[in-house]
Amino acid sequence: MIDVLRSEWTKIRSVRSTMWTLGTAGVLMLAFGALMAVVVSGQSGGMEGLEPAGMSLTGLPFASLALATLGVLVISGEYRSGAIRTTLAAVPNRLELLTAKVVVFAAVALVVSTVASFGAFFVSQAVFAREGLSVALTEPGVFRAVVGAGLYLTASGLFGLALGALIRHTPGAIVMVIALILVLPSQTAMLPGEWGPFVHEHFTSNAGMRITDVNPVGGLPPWQGFAVYLGWIAVTLVAAAVLLKKRDA
Amino acid sequence: MTTAIRAAGLTKRYGQITAVAGLSFDVAPGRVTGFLGPNGAGKSTTMRMILGLDHPTSGAVTVHGVPYAKLKHPLRRIGALLDAKAVHGGRSARNHLLAIAQSNGIPASRVAECLELVGLTEAAKRRVGGFSLGMSQRLGIAAALLGDPEILLFDEPVNGLDPDGILWIRTLMRKLAAEGRTVFVSSHLMSEMAQTADHLIVIGRGALIADTSVEEFIGRSSQGYVKVRSPYLAEVAALLPHAERHDDHLRVAGVAPLEIGALVAQRGLALEELTFVQPTLEAAYMELTKDSLEYTS
Repeated sequence: MIDVLRSEWTKIRSVRSTMWTLGTAGVLMLAFGALMAVVVSGQSGGMEGLEPAGMSLTGLPFASLALATLGVLVISGEYRSGAIRTTLAAVPNRLELLTAKVVVFAAVALVVSTVASFGAFFVSQAVFAREGLSVALTEPGVFRAVVGAGLYLTASGLFGLALGALIRHTPGAIVMVIALILVLPSQTAMLPGEWGPFVHEHFTSNAGMRITDVNPVGGLPPWQGFAVYLGWIAVTLVAAAVLLKKRDA
Repeated sequence: MTTAIRAAGLTKRYGQITAVAGLSFDVAPGRVTGFLGPNGAGKSTTMRMILGLDHPTSGAVTVHGVPYAKLKHPLRRIGALLDAKAVHGGRSARNHLLAIAQSNGIPASRVAECLELVGLTEAAKRRVGGFSLGMSQRLGIAAALLGDPEILLFDEPVNGLDPDGILWIRTLMRKLAAEGRTVFVSSHLMSEMAQTADHLIVIGRGALIADTSVEEFIGRSSQGYVKVRSPYLAEVAALLPHAERHDDHLRVAGVAPLEIGALVAQRGLALEELTFVQPTLEAAYMELTKDSLEYTS
């Protein structure tokens, strides 16, 4: 297993798409966090009901797409080029390969996402501080939200990887991940009946983003919401693993 | 003789289409075995099944008696070049090989050795996306050699190469076999195999047509014929009851040129041409595979 992990590490660090997507995620987090702080603190009037900590994480939905794109590319890139055959000839145990890809990607994504989240928080608080509006990490829910932002980004990347392994086609998998974490979650609010709100609450990023909410009122508790999001990812990953084992390369 | 690769009743169907139909053969070590057949005969599908990439519909194929998927560090036993262009274009040649080496616990020092072996040392840091087909082919061969394997699989290695590249690959395959390795190489070109292979496995429409040495292969198809041309073709034809009549000449099988000459001279007829036509490998191949071309024009 350690051999395959080493190999996947070499692969992920030796292509430009890794730098581009991770760099984009970092820039989006910092830029949106800072921009939001500048805009809000420039407004006259009080800060009633506003959350400076939550605002520092405004870039999350956009950064999550960058992470998901990298996740997709980690596996679909090999299908596009045909390099998957070389990879599977070298590592015939397909579950071992998928596991190695998940572990290496998750580790890289977690480090970058966590750094980006804390970066966005501190940059944005520095802007708020000029107006005396900043909050500290020690205030209730703040630390959990910032750490949670890193976790949410990492999980979104893994969602991309799972969809990439399932669909094996870069544009298809990227469209799917955009639909699942960006477009459909808000649409589920319109679902009727008793089960409508339940689906809405548990739908991918609706559940997953709970962990980044500084002041969660009503709905799923933060960690429970994140666990539901991980459930979505786990189901996709299992489906991908089953098909990966069964299908011809 | 021990067997390096053994296929037994190997079959692959894609829906209605049967790509490989009950193929059984052994590939023996220490020689170059040519895997020959027209385009679409099932050669690549068979190679993918040997490497455990495609699952057989029925039958099995083993490497050193074991299914490929059961091999630990398979690249140390068997190296393959399937599609030279199937690489991530953004990676450098060195990193491409390094990732493959690491996956099989092959020391990183082998990467430089193999780059040297295929003459790509200068290009080690270049992105492989910019490589010419010839360079990609060399990179693919470097990847196949990384684990110093006893068995090597090459799928159409000379396709699209310039004469220099073709010569280089031929020489390399001969050298690898001379070192006692098993070389299994596919091609749709008989002339190519005539230059490199010791043994031939010929398939058409997914089924085995011949499994034989190169000499036997020529011998067993057609025996050659004598080409006869004469201004008195009709009269000459009357003397040779088994002659095959063509537009401007006769083809006579099983009779020596001397006998024909003598026969014609007895009647006082003149000949314009009397030639013994040797069967070529190409002709033997065409004859054997003519019924099995996937698409005939």
